Amino acid sequence: MIEDIPLSHILIVSTLIFFIGVYGFLTRKNMITMLISVELVLNAVNINFVAINRYLYPERLEGHFFALFVIGIAAAEAAVAIAIFINLYRNIRSIDVDEVTEMKY
Amino acid sequence: MGSALVLIFAIMSVTSRKLLRAAIYLLFVLIGVAIFYLVLDYMFLAAVQIVVYMGGIVVLFIFSILLTSHLSEKLQVVKPLEFIIAALVSLIGAGVALSVISTHTFKPVVADSPEITVFEIGTQLLSYGKYGYVLPFEVISVLLLAAMIAAIVIAKREKKPES
Amino acid sequence: MGNYQYTIWILILPFAAFLFTGILSGKLKPSFTAAISIGAIGIATVLSYFAAIQYFFLNASESYTAIEAASFTWYRLSDTLVIDMGILIDSISVMMLVVITTVSLMVHIYSTGYMKGDDGYARYFTFLSLFSFAMLGLVLATNLIQIYVFWELVGLSSYLLIGHYYQKPSAVAAAKKAFIVTRFADLGFLIGILMLSYYTGTFSFSEITDPNGPLITQTIGGVFLGLSTLTWAMILVFMGGAGKSAMFPFHIWLPDAMEGPTPISALIHAATMVVAGVFLVARMFTVYSLAAPEALEVIAFIGAFTSLFAALIAITQTDIKKILAYSTISQIGYMMMALGVSGYSGEAGLGFTASMFHLFTHAFFKALLFLGAGSIIHAVHSNEMKDMGNLRKHLPATHITFLIATLAISGIPPFSGFFSKDEILAAAYASNKLYFAVEYLVAGLTAFYMFRLYFKVFWGKERTYENIQESPASMTIPLWILAFGTLFAGFLPFSHLVTTDGIPFDTHFHWNIALPSVGIALAGIFIAAALYKKESARSQKIAASLGAFYSVTKEKFYVDEIYIFITKKIIFNLISMPVVWFDRHIVDGFMNLTGNTTVALSFRIRKFQSGNIHQYALVFLTGILIATLFYLFYYPN
Repeated sequence: MIEDIPLSHILIVSTLIFFIGVYGFLTRKNMITMLISVELVLNAVNINFVAINRYLYPERLEGHFFALFVIGIAAAEAAVAIAIFINLYRNIRSIDVDEVTEMKY
Repeated sequence: MGSALVLIFAIMSVTSRKLLRAAIYLLFVLIGVAIFYLVLDYMFLAAVQIVVYMGGIVVLFIFSILLTSHLSEKLQVVKPLEFIIAALVSLIGAGVALSVISTHTFKPVVADSPEITVFEIGTQLLSYGKYGYVLPFEVISVLLLAAMIAAIVIAKREKKPES
Repeated sequence: MGNYQYTIWILILPFAAFLFTGILSGKLKPSFTAAISIGAIGIATVLSYFAAIQYFFLNASESYTAIEAASFTWYRLSDTLVIDMGILIDSISVMMLVVITTVSLMVHIYSTGYMKGDDGYARYFTFLSLFSFAMLGLVLATNLIQIYVFWELVGLSSYLLIGHYYQKPSAVAAAKKAFIVTRFADLGFLIGILMLSYYTGTFSFSEITDPNGPLITQTIGGVFLGLSTLTWAMILVFMGGAGKSAMFPFHIWLPDAMEGPTPISALIHAATMVVAGVFLVARMFTVYSLAAPEALEVIAFIGAFTSLFAALIAITQTDIKKILAYSTISQIGYMMMALGVSGYSGEAGLGFTASMFHLFTHAFFKALLFLGAGSIIHAVHSNEMKDMGNLRKHLPATHITFLIATLAISGIPPFSGFFSKDEILAAAYASNKLYFAVEYLVAGLTAFYMFRLYFKVFWGKERTYENIQESPASMTIPLWILAFGTLFAGFLPFSHLVTTDGIPFDTHFHWNIALPSVGIALAGIFIAAALYKKESARSQKIAASLGAFYSVTKEKFYVDEIYIFITKKIIFNLISMPVVWFDRHIVDGFMNLTGNTTVALSFRIRKFQSGNIHQYALVFLTGILIATLFYLFYYPN
């Protein structure tokens, strides 16, 4: 099945997802959507790891494990980030990055 | 074809003006990525992707969206200047990366590797020789524990000072 | 010789009580704290008496030698210079043990009544234990460094106890004054210690005061301003002693220290701590006498001058505690003078013996006077004599014990003050007639002002008192015990016990001195009785006729004002002001320059740190892009 798809195609897709994530990160103001963008970026990276592992070094599993760990860390990061958001929302009724200026200067 | 769909969903998830929809689009993107893993014969990774991402993270997102905003609320429109800058950076970056990918020739070793079983993954994950991952495994388990405690502590409602 | 190992417990017990009650201060009930402190000092008292009996009376040999009961090396400065911590038992330290523990125990018991209901009750007892420990450590010290350590500890606990009512600004000011003045004097003490140890290579008393030691037999050190270096060192050591003992010109802190609770005044500022200076001179007496007689002359002069000076001030004061404070200064002046005129060994050492004797008896009757005053204040709620009068009907126990103490300090036989004062006068007579005349006059003044106090408080016109009553038994019992001590302490054969070289000698009674001294004391009493027994205008008339002299005396000879003038006008204006100017304009200017520059710079670059995450991400990504492009084009392959 994978013979039909060249590696470069998968890499192109992952690159596009990556930069879509970057774009989202740069334009969004809401923290949750920013986090969603970050997840996109992480997924793009994961695809890269897995694809390169599969195409170039199929006898090993490093990329696979790397992706696994990235997923685990993403889960932890999301949990903590969302806890912070909820706390922040409770305190200032907003989770817009521009409005979190309490501790600035 | 499938990949085009994934891309469209990705674009929609970062441009949608409704939070909940953005999260749902993210869900579709993640499903697409899971399908990629399946195509690449990594069954276990696909399963993990579905369970952790879709079952955990996206549900978490949806919860927090429901907690912190109203459904009808729309996100503000991106300012033109910001849009231009962000788009420019993204496009240039994408262009650079794509040009590198297109000019580089890979030498794929497409061997029909044997099925990667969960048994194999588990063994490697817990072995400590070459290609053993027991140390990162332990580290990440500690990290997850810490993150769990931290999340509970941060989100816990502070006791109101007794007046 | 006997074994004196147990004496270490005299030190350990109050310290343990201090630590225990101090650490658990919040947890214990105040009464329990008091019980622990009293228990510790009580056992220490028993041990001290035991040591005294063993040392003085169970000792078979003819003379009393110094014994080091315990000693361990604390710190080794060099091969020869070693700082020890130990216990030195000799006649003066044993005598001081008895004095300190007795008075301290009485004050502890008395305080349970006097301080009842006070907020700082537990704190008070904790610090009282600390003081007892420090004072006992001071008298038992084997070397100069140890005595210095405990010396400062005593100063610290005195500071803490004077400032007991720390809500009162005057108490805080008094505590600070006491601490700073004594600290300043201690500077001299420290320099003296360093000079002595530099020349002798040791800190140990037993080596320094050895009559055959190198310090005394050889002349060491150079000559400075006509006096040998050793003499200067000894004068500096005496400066420390003068600070603690409130000798002129360091006497200014003691009257102010009366802001503390009255039992503290009795313990610290009458019986024990202020005589530390006398003790110090006595401890080093061999050196003073044999190697630095010029320093001894200084001591005699300052002692005599202070005693006259303080006695004059005491006559005009109206606060009863202040009167007692000046009388304390005067009496300590007596002791210093006696040390100053004393010679070494045998009959010539009469001054030394008399000084120690007077220290001993003075501790009893002055503590008794202060505790009696505390009892009066407790009943009347005022320190001023104008609020008192005809108290003998209301406070019978206080009245009788106070009268005993007053008679003792005035030198009326058979009370203890008579014997010790007589010996001092005899010693002065034997060496210097001028000092004798001064002291003779002071004896009369003492009788006068003490009876002025007595008549004004216990006789005179009845005032209106609110529910006045005799103090509780916990306060009167110590009074009776001390009165007992005052009555009989004078019959101790002191010249057999405490002498310069440890060899007993016999004193004979000096009728030619005793009779006139009793005479002048009686004269003082009669004048006081005539003026103050009945309220009359006569005293005011005399005061008015004395005019300027009276007011100068009343203002304590303006010594405080002179101090303020020196510190404020001279030191502040001439030294501090230029320093302040330099500090403010040069040093601060430089600092401000750097600070302002930094602030200005940071205002410029503040925009870089906007806290805007989008901006950060954008910059970050742009940087990566540039780096990547650079890499791609620079290394095309």
